Amino acid sequence: MKMTQVAVIGAGPAGLAAAIEVARAGGLVTVIDENARPGGQLFKQIHKFFGSREHRAGVRGFHIGEQLLAETERLGVEVLLDSPVYALFPDRTVGYVHGGREIFLKAEKIVIAAGAAENPLAFPGSTLPGVMGAGAAQTMINVHRVLPGKKVLMIGSGNVGLIVAYQLMQAGADVAALIEAATQIGGYGVHAAKIRRAGVPIHLSHTVKRALGKDHVESVEIVALDSHWQPVAGSEKILGVDTVCVAVGLTPLTELAWLMGCEFAFVPGLGGHVPKHDLNMETTVPGVFIAGDISGVEEASTAMEEGRLAGTACAEALGLLDGQKALELKTVIRERMNALRTGPFGEGRRRAKECLIGLSLEGQA
Amino acid sequence: MRVEKHPILGDDRRKRDAAIIVDGDRVEAITGEPIAAALLAAGIRKFRVTPRFGSPRGLFCGIGRCTDCVMTVDGRPNVRTCVTPVKDGMVVETQAGLGAWADES
Ligand code: FES
Repeated sequence: MKMTQVAVIGAGPAGLAAAIEVARAGGLVTVIDENARPGGQLFKQIHKFFGSREHRAGVRGFHIGEQLLAETERLGVEVLLDSPVYALFPDRTVGYVHGGREIFLKAEKIVIAAGAAENPLAFPGSTLPGVMGAGAAQTMINVHRVLPGKKVLMIGSGNVGLIVAYQLMQAGADVAALIEAATQIGGYGVHAAKIRRAGVPIHLSHTVKRALGKDHVESVEIVALDSHWQPVAGSEKILGVDTVCVAVGLTPLTELAWLMGCEFAFVPGLGGHVPKHDLNMETTVPGVFIAGDISGVEEASTAMEEGRLAGTACAEALGLLDGQKALELKTVIRERMNALRTGPFGEGRRRAKECLIGLSLEGQA
Repeated sequence: MRVEKHPILGDDRRKRDAAIIVDGDRVEAITGEPIAAALLAAGIRKFRVTPRFGSPRGLFCGIGRCTDCVMTVDGRPNVRTCVTPVKDGMVVETQAGLGAWADES
């Protein structure tokens, strides 16, 4: 059987950052990912990141992806692609499939960095071709350079909805409108201002009633909502669009953590059920760590810090770093992470995270 | 439709170096891009119809999780086109229901 010291599942920002820290400390690390390319969702993020200079603010997502890959390569980290992980065993053996074959990898520590998936939204016509996740549309335009449609309705005004609406325009699509069921915009004001300036109407207190079309979306009906979230009769409007993008949040991909028997907590602010973890990103199952969106949906910059934390903690647990050195490294990472979790959105996430960590520490006491 | 020019990504210089056969028609493609991307570039959006009601489905999640985008590829049914790379000469068919293996029908 193949052996490694640390198996990292997921080659996105969190997983690569974790692997880099283990390799830097001299550990043997293997990253496994189901996709054909590493980088997770970084390569579709063509906008500049927020934060301070240490967080590479002002750098576009895909450039950060390239830097991470270069670093992984320089350190000689093994990255297995086209390899979906389908099993985890209590002795920390990882089962994955590659080229139609089952392969087992025995690891001393595991970091699960599986990411998150977009939430669907059910409405009449929501299964028609042309209705898709905003992230799916973003992958098509920015990675594969193909427009999924010409005229788009965006549902949801969180940062994903706002950013993808703008990027659809950059790719040459027409965005007919952005609708939001709540009474206020969910994402950053600067992103909203950008799409408003481009002439896209943002309809607050509006939802989708149905998508119409025979073989694919030909139009969509939207409706205003009253203060009790009920449709206002007579306010329906038909928009002639061929594409409806759904940006109504993400849910952590936690299957592997459930499989491993990790204890969970339900934290709505983090996207639902998330594995409990301590200050080192270790779950309630010793030797199993998590990082990135699986531990609560946040941004790529936070995912990388969590990955670094998990990687450093693994290296420490393996005796590759002495306690003093590990503490120094972890303190710096935690400070950067806290700096990212500030501002109107970050504060809420920091509180949700503290609550999650508190729950896990309680369990240990 | 392809995004030929882009304010941040620049011009797309990749060559259309492959062709796939979609329900008998030749569709230009780029080796390694997902089959779904080549189809959308050609304006094809309906990838399959459901078993019971025959209602159309196409790209939905784009990350290989929802299976809405499955088609019959080189005689093999239920291939997720959003994560399966194009190879020159691939034969892609709109799938009816659960599809059938080429050697079964
Ligand atoms: S679109 Fe969901 S699996 Fe392909």
